[in-house]
Amino acid sequence: MTAALSLADVRKQFGETKIIRGVTLDIAKGERHAIIGPNGAGKTTLFNLISGRFPITSGSISLNGERIDTLAPHEINRRGLSRSFQITSIFPNMTVFENIRCGLLWSRGYRYTSFRLLGRQKALNAESEALLERLNLQSRRDLIAGLLSYAEQRALEIGITIAGGAEVILLDEPTAGMSNTETEYAVNLIRTVSEGKTLLMVEHDMSVVFGLADRVSVVVYGEVIASDVPAEIRSNMAVQEAYLGAEAQ
Amino acid sequence: MRTRTDLRWIWVIALAVALVLPWIFFDWKTSRHSGFVLTMLSEIGLMIVFALSFNMQMGQAGLLSFGHAVLFGLGGYTTAHALNAIRSSGVWFPLELVPLIGGLGGLAFGVVIGYIATKQRATAFAMITLGLSELVGAAALMFMTFFGGESGITTDRMIESSLVGASYSAPWQVYYLIVFWVFVSVALMWLHTQTPLGKMANAQRDNFERTQFVGYDPRLIRFWQFVVSGFFAGIAGSLYTIVYEIVTYDALAASKSANALLASYIGGVGGFFGPVLGATLVVLMQSGLSLLSNSWVLYIGVLFIVMVMYAPGGIVGILGQHAPIARIGRLHDLFLPYVRILVPGLVTLFGFVLLVELTSFVTIGATQGKKFKVGSLMIDAATAQPWMLAIGALLIGGLWLRLASRGFMRVWDGLIEQAKTLEGAAR
Repeated sequence: MTAALSLADVRKQFGETKIIRGVTLDIAKGERHAIIGPNGAGKTTLFNLISGRFPITSGSISLNGERIDTLAPHEINRRGLSRSFQITSIFPNMTVFENIRCGLLWSRGYRYTSFRLLGRQKALNAESEALLERLNLQSRRDLIAGLLSYAEQRALEIGITIAGGAEVILLDEPTAGMSNTETEYAVNLIRTVSEGKTLLMVEHDMSVVFGLADRVSVVVYGEVIASDVPAEIRSNMAVQEAYLGAEAQ
Repeated sequence: MRTRTDLRWIWVIALAVALVLPWIFFDWKTSRHSGFVLTMLSEIGLMIVFALSFNMQMGQAGLLSFGHAVLFGLGGYTTAHALNAIRSSGVWFPLELVPLIGGLGGLAFGVVIGYIATKQRATAFAMITLGLSELVGAAALMFMTFFGGESGITTDRMIESSLVGASYSAPWQVYYLIVFWVFVSVALMWLHTQTPLGKMANAQRDNFERTQFVGYDPRLIRFWQFVVSGFFAGIAGSLYTIVYEIVTYDALAASKSANALLASYIGGVGGFFGPVLGATLVVLMQSGLSLLSNSWVLYIGVLFIVMVMYAPGGIVGILGQHAPIARIGRLHDLFLPYVRILVPGLVTLFGFVLLVELTSFVTIGATQGKKFKVGSLMIDAATAQPWMLAIGALLIGGLWLRLASRGFMRVWDGLIEQAKTLEGAAR
């Protein structure tokens, strides 16, 4: 079976600085995969390369066996890969409902039409409402998204990310900056929305990583130094030295 | 919903006002319409469409264009040629549908210009539009057959084909044709904001990166929005040609682009209807003030600067800020504070206007042998008194206004605070 997402010797250089130094990684369909590593290891850069935000220097990235590393972000998205950002990225001046609906539009075939009124699209609006309910944001439906609390904005971003029905979902530090209860809520949300999908996430909170991930990869200085099931990663000496130990100091 | 029905009434009221307005200035003795008023009202109408089409780019898509008049002017030239062709060929094509030709002209040029300009966004987009505006402006003086050089293209709107049997020899008939097209255009542009393209234009303005990750190509959003905006700018240009029966270089020049920008900002680019108010005000100032003073351009410029500095949301923004106070029913508490700043405001304005007029008179008016008169009062600009009065009023009014506005802000902040707590409690 081809992997849902496959990276082969991916490298990225900014000028002379090598940020990603040959990453090879296969993520199976339906897997929840976490990427951990110290600050500046290149985790977010890796996300930016996969999602097409930056071009890669060399190597290849495939989505369901199809090369995507030369495509523009929106083309990658249309092939079924969606992402969230480390710094919350929503449409702050629209209502919560409109945010979700914008996430749905392309995948429902609306394209750039200027002769269909959104208010009349019953199926589309019903779908948006249903997703709002799943996110537990229906009480915030008509609020301007920029006025939501931080945790609610993060939940909304996850909603926008999954709205289009992407099969592969990339979440960049989805619980960063959240309180314990908020984190718990977010983890449950991520678990339900990624049901049956392939999830790749960058995360610093180890309880989230070990609670959610099927597999964990450790990235240090632009290389994957270990990739295994959570229990093995926990006991891996190299990982502890490079990352967990440093974190505990 | 209450707000929605209110909005519908506004459309009906606006239409009724537009239909009745010329008759208020009707001279019953000679049973004639006022030509001046009809031309001004027609100009307001076409400027509303022009400013709204500008705001489709500026307000709704975050695209600041310095060359929007290019689309307006090219729509106008297209119309002039179309009218001439209809006349000379004798083809039956009703004048009522001619603005559609202008719109399609604007749309076609929107495709060409938009293809280049929308490759970039933000500052780069603004620079490209500025360059293209200069380019088309230069071309207008070079390519005689299409643009007619400095004398422009003249035409005749009386093409003797009409859906309603009108000859369009009288300005009032033209005015009602314009009212029709303005309402159709405004309604369509309003509906456009509720479509996938309109919403994604907003999305792309607020967070262009996010739009990519929901599957949209932000460049194509900008492009299609630009093209649709070109269509409506073309309609406005077409109406312009029908009113004046001539299109010259001025119709696509930078100063025309600046008009759209001024009208939009003075009215407010944030909402949909701001440019409607802005265009109305700017045309009223252009027509009204230009009769009274040579310095009217300066006054519009100063108004623009003051608005951008103190009310970046424009007139609509100022009105919107009153909404929370109106909701708690305390608007009447602002009446006295407003009077208190109005008085020093008028004194300052008086000082400023007098100073500008005196200066303008000394530099221009006097050399033309004119006399400076306000009503029957003669003012001698060679004496010191009027200058002292002007400077005094400006200084004292300014200081007084500063003091008074502090008092105003105290009342304002208090009311806003109350509104917040009351609404917070209601939630």
